Amino acid sequence: MLRENLEELRRKALEAVGNAKDAASLENIRVWLLGKKGELTSVLKQMGTLSAEERPAAGALANEVRAAIEAALEEASARINQSEMAARLDAETIDVTLPGKTFRTGRRHPMQAVLDDVVKIFLGMGFTVAEGPEVETTYYCFDALNIEPNHPARDPQDTFYFDDDTILRTQTSSVQIRIMEQRDAALNGAPGARDVGLPIRIISPGKTFRKDEIDATHSPLFHQIECLAVDKGLTMADLKGALQTMMTGLYGLDVKLRFRPHHFPYTEPSAEVDLQCFACRGEGCRMCKNEGWIEMLGSGMVHPAVLDRCNIDSSVYSGFAFGVGIERLTMMRYKINDLRLLYENDVRFLRQF
Amino acid sequence: MKCSYNWLKEYVNLDGVSPKELAHALTMSGSKVETVTELGADIQKVVAGKVLSIEKHPDADRLFVCSVDVGDGAPRQIITGATNVFAGAVVPAALDGALLPGGKKIKTGKMRGLESQGMLCSGEELGLDEHDQPGAGADGILILGDGFTVGADIVEALMLRDTVLEFEITNNRPDCLSVIGLARETAATLRTPPVGCTDTLLKEEGKKASLTEGGGREAAEGSSPRITDYLTVTVEDTVLCPRYSARMVNNIQIQPSPMWMRRRLRSCGIRPINNIVDVTNYVMLELGQPMHAFDYACVQDKQLVIRAARPGETLETLDGKARALEPSMLVIADAHNATAVAGVMGGAASEITETTTTIVFESANFNGSSVRKTALSLAMRTDASSRFEKGLDPAATLPALERACALLNELGAGTPIPGVIDCGIPPEEPVAVQFTEKQINEHLGVTISNVNELLESLGFTVKDGAAVVPSWRRDVSIWQDLAEEAARLFGYDNIPSTLPPSKNQGWLTREQSLQAQLHELCVSLGFYEMLTYSFIGRRQHDAAPDGNCGCETEAMVLRNPLGEEHSIMRTSLLPSMLEVLTRNHSARNPEAHLYEISAVYIKQGGQLPLESKRLILGGYGGGMDYFCLKGAVESLISRFCRKEASFSRDNGKHSFHPGRCAGVSIGGRTLGMIGELHPSLGLPKNAAVCELDADILLELAQPDAVFAPLPRCPAITRDLALVCPKDTAAAELLAVIRKTGGSLLEDCVLFDVFEKLNSLAYRLIFRAPDRTLTDEEADGAISQLLKKLKEELGVTIRT
Repeated sequence: MLRENLEELRRKALEAVGNAKDAASLENIRVWLLGKKGELTSVLKQMGTLSAEERPAAGALANEVRAAIEAALEEASARINQSEMAARLDAETIDVTLPGKTFRTGRRHPMQAVLDDVVKIFLGMGFTVAEGPEVETTYYCFDALNIEPNHPARDPQDTFYFDDDTILRTQTSSVQIRIMEQRDAALNGAPGARDVGLPIRIISPGKTFRKDEIDATHSPLFHQIECLAVDKGLTMADLKGALQTMMTGLYGLDVKLRFRPHHFPYTEPSAEVDLQCFACRGEGCRMCKNEGWIEMLGSGMVHPAVLDRCNIDSSVYSGFAFGVGIERLTMMRYKINDLRLLYENDVRFLRQF
Repeated sequence: MKCSYNWLKEYVNLDGVSPKELAHALTMSGSKVETVTELGADIQKVVAGKVLSIEKHPDADRLFVCSVDVGDGAPRQIITGATNVFAGAVVPAALDGALLPGGKKIKTGKMRGLESQGMLCSGEELGLDEHDQPGAGADGILILGDGFTVGADIVEALMLRDTVLEFEITNNRPDCLSVIGLARETAATLRTPPVGCTDTLLKEEGKKASLTEGGGREAAEGSSPRITDYLTVTVEDTVLCPRYSARMVNNIQIQPSPMWMRRRLRSCGIRPINNIVDVTNYVMLELGQPMHAFDYACVQDKQLVIRAARPGETLETLDGKARALEPSMLVIADAHNATAVAGVMGGAASEITETTTTIVFESANFNGSSVRKTALSLAMRTDASSRFEKGLDPAATLPALERACALLNELGAGTPIPGVIDCGIPPEEPVAVQFTEKQINEHLGVTISNVNELLESLGFTVKDGAAVVPSWRRDVSIWQDLAEEAARLFGYDNIPSTLPPSKNQGWLTREQSLQAQLHELCVSLGFYEMLTYSFIGRRQHDAAPDGNCGCETEAMVLRNPLGEEHSIMRTSLLPSMLEVLTRNHSARNPEAHLYEISAVYIKQGGQLPLESKRLILGGYGGGMDYFCLKGAVESLISRFCRKEASFSRDNGKHSFHPGRCAGVSIGGRTLGMIGELHPSLGLPKNAAVCELDADILLELAQPDAVFAPLPRCPAITRDLALVCPKDTAAAELLAVIRKTGGSLLEDCVLFDVFEKLNSLAYRLIFRAPDRTLTDEEADGAISQLLKKLKEELGVTIRT
């Protein structure tokens, strides 16, 4: 009798467990079968009615049934866990092609990005960065740079004046004089110490101003980087090397420069530097106005009168200098076709860099 | 300066050198060629044709049918509407397939049923006017007259083929504003000797001329009278007029000048007028010396005086305008009146006319800056003044006179009167510049072995270690100038590129690297950098809060701004930010978050203003409001200065919302203002701006952190919901909590605000560094805190 009951329980149990669909019903089944008041317990209560000879065999069978039920429960639990996880993962599936959430980051102005690159290049060549005032005296902007009292650059059509002697600087070259004078002031007239504070090796970026109406290539405010090196034995070849290094750093190894004679009152010899047009490689196209080259900057060997005025002995020292417009460097680099964009600060423009 | 290739070719051998190659070579030796324009290339297949017969078109009242001999034995039938054509006329005939200026193409076609195998051309259709070619201005076809071979290409027959090089000549080289000057440069650049040698010839003649006042030189033997019998010249100011030379010509026959002269003037951009005026312009273009011709009949009392204009004196200039002269201006006057503005323009009264019989040629040297100022204040910059203003060679006056007289002779336009009047101060001795080849090569960083040769090719004479500078090169005075001369002929591109040796490392100063960090912080907080103009308009300026972060300031005002809207140097970056935000809003950009670090200009005691650096942050959209911006500023300051900023209520000025504005400070030092913008500005709601003094920020910067150990003992957290009396500032509440919480209070975070209940909810975190806190300790701290809040602020716990 007990034997039949155990067999019947095994059959029922395995069927129920096999049909269990989720963790909760499986647990109910477990309690119903193996709980303190469960089916197995109640069947085993009949053990007392058996004879001593029958008991070992019945006990063995009971253990076998319990083990089978437990194994079935375990297997069912694993099966249910797996399918529940599968269902969850399925439910949590997303469209990975939906856009990401906006994570706002700012940007440097494209001109600042170019300026930063130029600064890094010159730090690498042993230059430091100098600054000077934007509102400047005519002495630093003109007189000390060998620009004659009647030079057209001084005309009020070209230069912004506050009064006869105070202007908005038209070029960063004024900083050259301030740097050389600072050195001279530090000497404090000490005789025989004319080498103190030399060599000089600076670049000076900053705002400059000329009275140009605003259009696609002109702006009354623009930015320049001035470079000045003063040392014994500096040559025009050194000037060319420094400029080649800068342009290569900015535009890559295949950049081609062209040095043309020009005239500036504060350099001698003077040179204008053209960059071969990237678009046509010198063949001539719309971008370079069919010239094949784009005028980039003015440069030269510092005029001895400028050195001497700053109490640097031009028979011992020589120097080179250049001034380059950051706007032009930037427009070339990013192929920007209208200078006004740089000052309109439209975020649709700024976010592109 | 425009220069004709054909003209240049008269002085330099250009065989095998195309205009393009010439342009490149000259550009690289310092005379930059901006454009190369081929003249005549836009006219093709147009020939001189002879009209054999002309009949009325059978089917059209206003058309005529011509038979035209075009030189190939097969007369063309060409239909024209012009009424001035007659049998026997030689006219320009455009053949089938011809090209005319403006890209117009001519093809055989039918006109009212009859074939027209081309077109007869007017002067205008060939791009010519009456000044270029007599008859070209006529209403109808250009009648060419005699001397044209039937069938000849019209471009050649009318001498229209040339190439014009347009040069950018630097200020130091007025000698290159002439064909002869460019020829010298060309010869030196191409290493070919100048030919024709008009140059040398004229130089010799110039030397022969004596320089005595009123003196003269015999041009022809014996025959009297001489110029001095007709004219006296007095120079009153030899500073403004170092030299004044004159010759006279009589028996003047006013005519158009010959075709070759007209073409050359035109190719250089000057309109032909008549033979006398054309000769003065021709000489100016050729030799670079401006000239003027007076009608002698209009020179009163036979005298010319070069003097300052009298107060109130006026003069009608050649352009027909009455000019008010000032005593700073130099004039050429006769006994009574000014007849020309020296170096700028002649007067209308003494203009050459059809009835002129005797002329005075003026060839003078005027002070450059005086001419420049005069031309500037009279607002008439002329070909003459733009040459004089750069400072011309005083030795050039006599050669120009001789050249002009020779040309008039050649043209049969008049008879020069013997003698020259030549007044002024004697020319300076030639400058000799000492130099060594070594010096020059060391300056350039290259070895040029033929420095002397290069200099001599430019007209310098090298002897005894010095270069004697030719009179037309007043720009050369030191050996560095000679270095440039040698280098540009040697070729700048042939100088190597070397890196200047450096013994030092480059570095940024502390302030420079801090400023770079400040930029990085602003960018990391999501702001785009903007760059704006430093000058603003009065209205913008007045709308800005006091420039100097609260101090009254006076702004620098430009005397000659581009316009009122760019006239005041900003004392605050706020107006610029408002403008940029407004522009972005107008462009319908849904959001804009921007920053800038730039100078403002504060007037102070000395000549120059204080240039103080400011940082401005601002924006609208994308969640921007007072608290968003405040969070950014707090984050920036805590990271940059490692200090906490204080915000104290400020009712704002001008542009700010009076209820949403605060002053920002650190440790009692005022940094600037933050706030939402006033609704009246028309920006999107909650647009906010913060302007800080960047100099103070840089001063307070703490770039180096000091490590704090991580906590090892657990914390206890308590949440408190507090009810505050109206108008209690959260900052006051926080101050009491911090003070009372003491060292065990690690942090206090506001996590909820119920505005209706005037309630703030804080999470307080207590921790001891060395032990585990008990609940009793935390509860004790809380009850102490609630007591203090009640006492000091009347704050209670929400129930």
